[in-house]
Amino acid sequence: MTALSLKNLDISYGDVQITHDVNLEIADGESFALVGESGSGKSTVLKAIAGLAPEWTGEINVFGKPRSHGIERAFSRQCQMVFQDPYGSLHPRKTVDATLGEALTIHGIGDRSARIEEVMASVGLDRKFRFRFPHQLSGGQRQRVAIARALMLKPKVLLLDEPTSALDVSVQAEILNLLKRLRQEQNLTFLMVTHNLPVVSFLCDRLAVMRQGRIVEVADVADLKRGDLKDPYSRELMHISAAHAN
Amino acid sequence: MNPLLEIENLRVTFPTPRGDLEVVRGLSFTLGRERLGIVGESGSGKSMTGRSILKLVRAPGRVTADRLTFDGIDLLTRSERQMRAIRGARISMVMQDPKFSLNPVMTIGEQIAEALLTHQRLPRREVNNRVFTMLESVRIADPERVAKLYPHEVSGGMGQRVMIAMMLIPEPDLLIADEPTSALDVSVQAQVLDIIDELVKRKGKGMGLIFISHDLNLVSSYCDRILVMNTGEVVEECKAGELMNATHPYTRGLIASIPRLDETRNELPVLDRSAWATK
Repeated sequence: MTALSLKNLDISYGDVQITHDVNLEIADGESFALVGESGSGKSTVLKAIAGLAPEWTGEINVFGKPRSHGIERAFSRQCQMVFQDPYGSLHPRKTVDATLGEALTIHGIGDRSARIEEVMASVGLDRKFRFRFPHQLSGGQRQRVAIARALMLKPKVLLLDEPTSALDVSVQAEILNLLKRLRQEQNLTFLMVTHNLPVVSFLCDRLAVMRQGRIVEVADVADLKRGDLKDPYSRELMHISAAHAN
Repeated sequence: MNPLLEIENLRVTFPTPRGDLEVVRGLSFTLGRERLGIVGESGSGKSMTGRSILKLVRAPGRVTADRLTFDGIDLLTRSERQMRAIRGARISMVMQDPKFSLNPVMTIGEQIAEALLTHQRLPRREVNNRVFTMLESVRIADPERVAKLYPHEVSGGMGQRVMIAMMLIPEPDLLIADEPTSALDVSVQAQVLDIIDELVKRKGKGMGLIFISHDLNLVSSYCDRILVMNTGEVVEECKAGELMNATHPYTRGLIASIPRLDETRNELPVLDRSAWATK
């Protein structure tokens, strides 16, 4: 079954058209990566799906249902986003408890305390952090809170916008392991934006390479591991990444 | 040849309600005209090391050392006024993020010229020429247009190149680059590093470079020598090419936790911090 499908998606900010004719089909339970350099429109695709970039034409379908241009409660229950920078994405004057509980209040879900503790346990946050503020947590802990917040409504699809690029390599490893485990435990579908190809290799099944608002190649991660991408631009990205690692 | 920079037993201390906290504990190294990489996680004290060389650690932080000399000058006894003559002109520093380090209300040309004019008097025309040549040497194709732009009008990669131009225009002897490429894309990263590398090599006598980063791969491919820092101490020192044979468990843990392009491990190893945290 298709979890997320994008058809002829053109996204604009004002007069500037950012993406051109983006088509993607992501299966239920799949982990899919969008890669490309800054300005290629990869984050914009996530924003459009999440409802943060409402000027788009084309189709966005989640589990077969078309998404409207506005904010939809039913949609937020199925699809949530984790942002790049945990320093910027958490409200500085809300405790972890308030951040996590907000979604429950909006959706009128009870059993608040038990749910918060359950999600905190699943992302590996100790109970003692529940009434702390973001500035009292380390970067890795904050990103765990951001992931916990996205999981509060038990969504099926997670949109991940460079979830580890603001973190140290050792903390990055912890968060990547966490995401991999959560995906297995809760059968989540991931759509991740990154420019880090080794992270794609660790966490994803397929990838799409974007350049100047267009998808230039869709490939299996096995092809990436073998160094077997076809498009010249994706090969260039792959070579830069390989040179960087040696 | 005398070493460019000699540091012995450098300590940086911050007072806290629970007593003094040492963020750099007894660091020693000497630097010639070479590229030295300092790697470590957040909180390892690597940035504080860079800042204390320029005496940029603000009160209540305290810097002490048995020896801190740059090109024969004892930095510990320099006054603020004397330090200002050294900062920029002899030692300069490239910061992490151009978005926060460039002045948003000055054009790029004015900012670069200011870096030059703080240290020497030059006629206007020559200043402009120097600024344009400098912008060209950081591979900005049309310097005359870019010099008129404000920082928000350029991309992150270009902003970082502007900052490098600004730091290199007084032709310093030592460049401290604190995570100069962390805010940039992989493709732009390579470009920026090439530029720094070219400029380090180009000057007749050569330039010393301290490259501070959390990215082990980057540092090992780019520097001559590496210091690995953890909780304020150097845990390992080695030649860049030999990093993969590192012996300290911390260094090995860091290397193992990086995913690879041809990743086959199902789970990445995570640092067990209790193993060497003795204090």
